[in-house]
Amino acid sequence: MITISQWKETFTRDPEDAVAGMIERIKKSKLNAFITVNENAVSEIKTEGRLAGIPVAVKDNISTEGMRTTCASKILHDYIPPFSAHVVERLKEEGAIIIGKTNMDEFAMGTTTETSYFGVVRNPHALDRVAGGSSGGSGACIAGEESVLSLGSDTGGSIRCPASFCGVYGIKPTYGLVSRYGLIPYANSLEQIGPFAGCVDDLALLLEVIAGKDERDSTNARKGFRFQPEEKKYRIGIVREMGGNDEVMSSFSEAVDIIKGKHEVEEVSMPSFKYALASYYIIAMSEASSNLARYDGVRYGLSLDKLTSWNEYFSKVRADGFGDEVKRRIMLGSYALSAGYYGKYYLKALKVRTLVIEDFKKALSKFDLLISPTMPSLPFKIGELADPLTMYKADVNTVPVNLAGIPSLSMPIFERKGLPVGLQVMGDYFEENKILSFAKWLESEMKQVT
Amino acid sequence: MITREEVIHISKLARVELKEEEIEKFRKGFQSILEYFEILDEIEEDVEPTYQVLPLKNVFRDDNIKKSLDREKVLMNAKHVDDGYFKGPRIVD
Repeated sequence: MITISQWKETFTRDPEDAVAGMIERIKKSKLNAFITVNENAVSEIKTEGRLAGIPVAVKDNISTEGMRTTCASKILHDYIPPFSAHVVERLKEEGAIIIGKTNMDEFAMGTTTETSYFGVVRNPHALDRVAGGSSGGSGACIAGEESVLSLGSDTGGSIRCPASFCGVYGIKPTYGLVSRYGLIPYANSLEQIGPFAGCVDDLALLLEVIAGKDERDSTNARKGFRFQPEEKKYRIGIVREMGGNDEVMSSFSEAVDIIKGKHEVEEVSMPSFKYALASYYIIAMSEASSNLARYDGVRYGLSLDKLTSWNEYFSKVRADGFGDEVKRRIMLGSYALSAGYYGKYYLKALKVRTLVIEDFKKALSKFDLLISPTMPSLPFKIGELADPLTMYKADVNTVPVNLAGIPSLSMPIFERKGLPVGLQVMGDYFEENKILSFAKWLESEMKQVT
Repeated sequence: MITREEVIHISKLARVELKEEEIEKFRKGFQSILEYFEILDEIEEDVEPTYQVLPLKNVFRDDNIKKSLDREKVLMNAKHVDDGYFKGPRIVD
């Protein structure tokens, strides 16, 4: 990983050489972390701004004016956005270099980046393993030193999973803290854009830049963020329902022992989490079925040569343009919302959401922060998760956070078999400062023992 | 049990044409996922649903006219364009 301060050393010596070197590195890489590389990066170097001269990789579902944005789908393989997302405008205002667009699961639907039309992203720690998903490229490019910072999006764990699998830092902000304007939607009520970085300070800086008011997103909370690290003793709850296999739990327990050296730690139970995964998938699929109705092959994206009748054209272009996982979620979402099933699936799912929020509220009135392993296992071998339901179940520790909309961070703890393990830190709405303060403390403790 | 006919019906609702060999593949996947979703039958009915998590309601911007995208930019990703308009497939036969 390259921190901002490390990057600045190389960069000040010869800015053009540093940036050109990074582009070269991406092009030679085996990771497949990028779908598009910014060929003009060197000429776009700026000297003013909080991110002046710093390379930032942007997930390929975040619109970049004039730069191809594909959502890792055949249906958008040649789409050039006519406008930029709010977060991209902010990056440019602060002088960042958009180094390229990162690979992901198609339309952010997946946990391994194996559903990408552009091929799987490989884990920098073991090339035969996945980098996680859906923001696989944004996680891998930090660990593989192919960028200094990156942006991802997190609908059910899509920032925290790759952060965990790649051994980097990633945070899903509180729902509404970062404008979603220009984020190509999958499930609007769940997703947030968030940063990846190689250390907590860099992560916090990028969050400061992208958070804030934007009237073009009606769910924007109109709040900014400033990191003011505090050194407090926190009351920390370990969520019993968020576990992992033996390897993950042994790493997690070791981290908990360190945490106990300063903070008060106790177990907490969240009974509604038993239903969270089913609820999450029903809501996500339902919203996806509506959101992805826009891909009609008329205004943008894949089109057919011959304009036949509406239904035939629409059904054919989507059959050709979407991959299996996207089709599966659109179809199941249509089913869950169809007459006769709305009450059985969608409405039930929204009721579970209320229960999950109540469980979090109760726990967070007693504890400052909640922790768990981010992922229940080590990074999967490529091809290991062939069955969709098995893949969905890997999200069990991350989805409750999105149902409630609270912020959550993943940071690296003790490796197992040479592979990274992530610790998830959750807090109350808009308590990013507490989460990052705790992570900064644990980061420095970890440095002393590893 | 989800049937072959239901899968065809769902694919029509979602406007995704399925090939003959895909129908059974998706049917099996749907079956196991929908069985898993049945866990929600345990949930009690008297809970209020949550549609969105922020305490926001009817957020409107001021009704001021702002510059929109140029027509050229709006049309630049479309393949079938005629006289400054998108050209779509026939809706009524």
